[in-house]
Amino acid sequence: MSLIRLQKITRRYQMGAETVHALREVSLEIARGEYVAIMGPSGSGKSTLMNLLGCLDTPTSGEYELNGKQVSQMNDNALAEIRNKEIGFIFQTFNLLPRSDALRNVELPLIYAGIPSHERKQIALDALTSVGLADRIHHRPNELSGGQRQRVAVARALANKPSILLADEPTGNLDSKTGTEILALFNELARQGNTIIVVTHEEAVARHARRILRILDGLIASDERTDEGKNAPPILPR
Amino acid sequence: MNFFTELREGLLIAWSAVRANKMRSVLTTLGIVIGIVTVTLMGTAIEGLNNAFLKSISFMGADVFYVSRQNWFADSQEEWLKMQKRPQITLGQIDSLEKKYTLASAIAPQSSTERTVKYDKRRASNVEIIGTTDQFPLTGSVSTVDGRFFSAFESEQGRQVCVLGSEVATNLFPNESPLGKKVTIGARPFEVVGVLEKQGTFLGESLDNELIIPLQQMLVAFGAGSDYDIRVKVANIADMDNAKDELRAVMRVVRHLAPTDDDDFSINQQDQILAIFHRVAGTIAAIGLFVTGLSLFVGGVGIMNIMFVSVAERTREIGVRKAIGAKRRTILLQFLIEAAVICLLGGLIGLGIAWAMTFLLQKIMPAEMSLPIVCISILVSLLTGVISGFLPAWRAARMNPVDALRNE
Repeated sequence: MSLIRLQKITRRYQMGAETVHALREVSLEIARGEYVAIMGPSGSGKSTLMNLLGCLDTPTSGEYELNGKQVSQMNDNALAEIRNKEIGFIFQTFNLLPRSDALRNVELPLIYAGIPSHERKQIALDALTSVGLADRIHHRPNELSGGQRQRVAVARALANKPSILLADEPTGNLDSKTGTEILALFNELARQGNTIIVVTHEEAVARHARRILRILDGLIASDERTDEGKNAPPILPR
Repeated sequence: MNFFTELREGLLIAWSAVRANKMRSVLTTLGIVIGIVTVTLMGTAIEGLNNAFLKSISFMGADVFYVSRQNWFADSQEEWLKMQKRPQITLGQIDSLEKKYTLASAIAPQSSTERTVKYDKRRASNVEIIGTTDQFPLTGSVSTVDGRFFSAFESEQGRQVCVLGSEVATNLFPNESPLGKKVTIGARPFEVVGVLEKQGTFLGESLDNELIIPLQQMLVAFGAGSDYDIRVKVANIADMDNAKDELRAVMRVVRHLAPTDDDDFSINQQDQILAIFHRVAGTIAAIGLFVTGLSLFVGGVGIMNIMFVSVAERTREIGVRKAIGAKRRTILLQFLIEAAVICLLGGLIGLGIAWAMTFLLQKIMPAEMSLPIVCISILVSLLTGVISGFLPAWRAARMNPVDALRNE
């Protein structure tokens, strides 16, 4: 059974007098444990697709089944709960809370999940340890390097043991060396059986995934499987 | 996530937000501080005045009727002039009232005049000389602290004895006991048999600048020119209405009124003054609280303004929180708590300042900060926060996470 099943998903926006067709009847299935890259130039609809996959947005029409649950018609609060339990977001700009230390940032989804204090401290600590930041738990984001910040974000995404890790240009704000490190971390997470979806416009980043979806003008232009992405080259400096 | 965890998390977030913007928080709080200070001081002053008045009026006694020719409060000038024409109350009428009226525990007539009182080389001027009977202390709440009131025998005989008000006593006898000494009024000597306890002031006039002598002596010494008031203390305070009706009926008989005649006397009581006082004080309180409430309102608008700024500034944070699983309610609560915390801080600071200023206020007027005022102030500041924080918090709660995350 597929973890993600999109059926004829359409998303339209009203931009002034103009209607923008961001997605046109996109159908897609992703199985548990897949490592997928979504590529496409800006304006292709890949961000819209990511927002829909991340349950941040709902489709104009079509059906979205996530982990056996029909989410396309859910209301705000139900979606919030789905995001909390099923999806771990990793953003280009990290999006950590600036006034909270690493531990508290990782605790945040656990707080919203209603996990008691002592338990969530342990989970957050484990998550930070697994990304190699056990010695940085009381640092605030501005006391951490870019790579470390993104690791905190990954730990936060992992904290609730979500069905999907959804990364939006995860290396976009990192230099090539730390970018490669983060991608190595993704590879490791994929190897452990996590389902990962990376949205990117960089070929080098996408090549780490086992499956590459190319979006163009609101449609899936191609859907290719790579050879495990093991021999993917390091991302080039821009 | 249950409500209490949300509350605790909200408090933590609010506290860190307040600390992160110290200067802004202080400035915002200032509006609430000023609002709470003015409202609290107003309440304090009103309560102080109320209590002071109630204390000073208590000398009248809640269970005492004052029968006199005139009503204490005339509704119009014509009515006042009409009352002036009423026949005087006579001693004979007082006698028959005492015989016929059965619901009183004590009845005391009183007549008064103003004279200068001398002892040795000292003099006390404008002293109110009250002529009455030995029943007088039974009808009032005042008692002697030194010596005694004059006896029934002295009263009937019209002996030249007197009881001094505390102010007269201290003025004429600063260094010695007045008991047994003879003061003179005009040319007549009066032996001091007692001194009254201090009663304070009523409507700005001292109640202690008085001197009480037997009514019979008063008639002899100063003539019967003045009018009589009759103090009637009711035996059963639970039955005041009935006692008043009965008193009126007896007075009509005593005054020989035909059934068709209007009353030519009035029965006054403490309640009348209280009713008027409460009306006046209530109006002052309403106006005062409205005006001071305006400053609180302005403070609340300031809070609302700054909360809108805070929400706009933290759009991205709201987006992140929503992406991670915060529900509308969680976000709403977070910002509501933040506004409430700012206002509560302002309220507490305001209360502290008002508490200190109450001591200054006490130098010019009676003022008391009571527990209810403190509780109300805290409640009002909290409420201001919640009300003025609601709109910004609602806006935050309803944000679309996609747009919020895109915000730079």
